[in-house]
Amino acid sequence: MTTLGPRRVHPAEILPWLALAALPWIAPDHVLLGSQIAILALFALSLDLLVGHAGLVSLGHAAFFGLGAYAAALLALHGWSEPLTGLAAGGLVAGLAAALVAPLVVRVHGLAQLMVTLGLGLMLHEAASRARVLTGGDDGLSGFDLSPVLGLFPFDLYGFTAYGYALAVLAAGFLFYTRLAASPFGYALRGLKQNPARMAALGTDGRRRLIQGFVVAAVLAGIAGALLAQTTQSVALESLSFHRSAEVLIVLCLGGTGGRYGGLVGALVYMAARDWLSALSPHYWTGWLGAAMMLTVLVVPGGLGGVARRLHGRLPRLHRATGTRVAAGGES
Amino acid sequence: MDEATLDGIARRTSDRRTVLKSLGAGAAALALGRPALAQSSEPLRIGMIVTYSGPYADYGRQMDNGMALWLKQNGGKVAGREVAIIKRDTAGPAPDLATRFARELITRDKVDAIMGLDFSPNAIAIGPVLSQAKIPCIVLNASASVIPSKSPYFARISFTVGQVSAPMGTWAGRQGTKTAMTLVSDYGPGADAEKAFGQSFAAAGGKVVGALRAPLSNPDFSAFVQRIRDEKPEAAFFFFPSGDLPNNFLKAARERGLAEAGIRLLATGEAMDDSYMQAAGDAGLGLITTHHYSTAHPSDLNRRFVAGYRAEHGDYAPNYMAMTAYDGLAALDAALAKSGGKGGDALMTALRGLAFESPRGPIEIGPETRDIVQTVYVRRTERIDGRLVCTEFDKFDRVTDPLA
Repeated sequence: MTTLGPRRVHPAEILPWLALAALPWIAPDHVLLGSQIAILALFALSLDLLVGHAGLVSLGHAAFFGLGAYAAALLALHGWSEPLTGLAAGGLVAGLAAALVAPLVVRVHGLAQLMVTLGLGLMLHEAASRARVLTGGDDGLSGFDLSPVLGLFPFDLYGFTAYGYALAVLAAGFLFYTRLAASPFGYALRGLKQNPARMAALGTDGRRRLIQGFVVAAVLAGIAGALLAQTTQSVALESLSFHRSAEVLIVLCLGGTGGRYGGLVGALVYMAARDWLSALSPHYWTGWLGAAMMLTVLVVPGGLGGVARRLHGRLPRLHRATGTRVAAGGES
Repeated sequence: MDEATLDGIARRTSDRRTVLKSLGAGAAALALGRPALAQSSEPLRIGMIVTYSGPYADYGRQMDNGMALWLKQNGGKVAGREVAIIKRDTAGPAPDLATRFARELITRDKVDAIMGLDFSPNAIAIGPVLSQAKIPCIVLNASASVIPSKSPYFARISFTVGQVSAPMGTWAGRQGTKTAMTLVSDYGPGADAEKAFGQSFAAAGGKVVGALRAPLSNPDFSAFVQRIRDEKPEAAFFFFPSGDLPNNFLKAARERGLAEAGIRLLATGEAMDDSYMQAAGDAGLGLITTHHYSTAHPSDLNRRFVAGYRAEHGDYAPNYMAMTAYDGLAALDAALAKSGGKGGDALMTALRGLAFESPRGPIEIGPETRDIVQTVYVRRTERIDGRLVCTEFDKFDRVTDPLA
C-alpha cells in the first residue's frame, strides 16, 4: 500500500537538496537553467496534488500559473517591488480564481473534466489576449524591477539570487506538499481518488475536499507563476497557454505521479534534456526529446520518480543501522 | 554552421573556471569589461535567439541561410574576424526561455552581440537583460513598435507592420479611392495594420467604412468576404500573418467574385511571402501589396543575393527573413568597422544612423529611434515565366514606423 503510506522525510533526503543548493559552486553557468527547473518542479508538484492525490485531471493548469505570473508582474509594475509579498499575491489571485471555478471542475469526471479545464484555460488565455490595457496583450508585461529578496539579495545578471530564491521557494513548497500528503486531508484526497463511494460512506464530504484540493493546488501553481515572472522580469500570454499546461503534464508523466520526487525528477530530466538536445541540434531536438520520452515511459512506466521511490524503499535498513526509526515499515 | 554550436558547448567547460573566479569579484563588473575586440584574434561571438523547431521552424532556417550566404560572399569574416554563431531555439513565442538564453549567451558564452528575435514577446522580454549587460542586439524580425524603446541596446533592421501598412493607405487615397474596408487577424500586429492603414487612408481623403477582425486560428473567410461584398467598398485592405491564411482568403475572395463586384484587393507583403505565394495561384494575380522587400527587386545586390541563395538551396526561395539576416551581418560588419572593433556602447553608437545598401534597397538605422528607416514599395502580383512575382511599380522613400 505504498500509495497510502505517509512517507516521512528520511534524513538521507537532505542529500539531493544539498546538491541542489551547491549548484552555484559546482556549475555556476547553469544556475539560470536551475531556477527554471525549480519553477517547473514547483508547478509540477502543484499539478501532482490534483493528478496524483485527488484524482482530478487538468489540461488547463497553466491558467493558475499564468494568473499568478500576471498578478506578481502587475504588482511590481505598479510600484510594489517586494518579491515575497508578490509571490503571496500570485498565490492569492490564483487561489481565488480556483475557488470560483472549482465547483464546476469537480462536478464532472474523466474526459469531461479534461474538457472543462481545457475550456477554462483557453477562455482565460483569450480574455488575457483581449485585455491589452491590463495584460499588454501579445506584448506581455516587462520592464519592472524587483527589490532585493529579504532586502539583502539583489537580482543579478548571472541569476544567482534568482536561483537561491527559486530553490528556497521550491523547498518550502516541497515541505508543504509532504506535510499535506501525510495529513488527514491528504488521506481524504487519496481515498476519494481510489473509492469515492466508500469515502462518502465514511462520512467524508467528497465534493468539498476536492474543491479544497483544487484551490490548494492552484495557489501553489500561482506561486510558481509569480516566481517565473519575478525571476525573468517579464510575463507574456505564453504563461497561460495550453502548451504550458501540456508541458507540465508531460513532466509529471515523466517523473511519475503521487510521489514526492515525481515532479522534481521529471522537471530536472525534462529541462536538462531539452536544454542539452536543443543546443546540440537546434533544428531537430524535439524529435530526440520525443524519442527519449517514449523510451522512458516504456522502460519505467511508473515514471522516473518511481525509481527514486524504489531506492527509498531500500533505505529503512540504513535507518536501523543508524538507529533512527522511521515508521515507514509498518504501513507499507 | 553546427560546428559553431558544438564549439559553444565545448567552450562552456573552459568558461566555467573564469566564471568561478569572477564570482568573488562581484556580479556587476563582470559582463561589462570587454573592451577592444579588434586587437583580439578571438572569433566574434554572436548569439542567435530564434525559432528553429515547431510550426515556425522556417524562420530560423531562413535566417541561418541568409547569414551563411553573407559570410560566404564576404570571405567568411565579420570586420576581419572569424565568427562563432551560438544558436538557441525558443520554439515560438517563449519570453521566459528567451530571457534565460539571453543571460546564458552573455554570461556563459560571452557573446559580443545578440541577433535574431522573431517574436515580439521574446524581444521585449530580453530588453532589461541587454540594458544590464550592455550587449547590443540586432532585431531581425520582431515587429512590435515598442521594442526599440525597451532597451537602448536594441537596433531593429527588419520592419514593422505599421510601417508597411500606412503607405498602402496613402497610395490608395492618391489613386482616388474613396471607401475601403479592412479585414485583419485579431491579434497585436493585425490591430497595428488596421490602425496604420486607417490613419493614412483618412489623411489621404478616404473613408474606412468597416473594420473587420477574423480569428487568428482557423478562420472561415466566406462570411467575411460576403460582408465585404454586401458593403461594396471601392477597396478591401487585408492583413494576416504570412502562411496559409492569405491564400485561403484570396481563394474565398475569388470564389465570391470580389473583383467582379468592383472591389479592389489591397494587402501588405505578408500576403505574398516568397515561401508561400506560389500556392495562391491565379487568385493572387493583380493583388496590390506594400512591403519593404520583393525577391524581384531590380538591383545588383539583390540579384547577387537571390542568385547566391538559389545556388545553395535550389527551389527553396529566400524570403524577407533571410534577406534581413543577411543584412544583420552586413550591419554588424559596418558598425564594427566604424567603432574600431569595439563592442558594447561603442558598437551601439556605430549602429545609430548606420546607412547601407541592402538587397531591398537603401536602408538606415534611425539615429534616435534605433529603428529601421527604409523604402516601402507598392507591388503588383504578376505571372512571369509561370511563377508569381511581386513587381514593384511605385515607392515611398524613407518610411519610419508610424505608430512608434
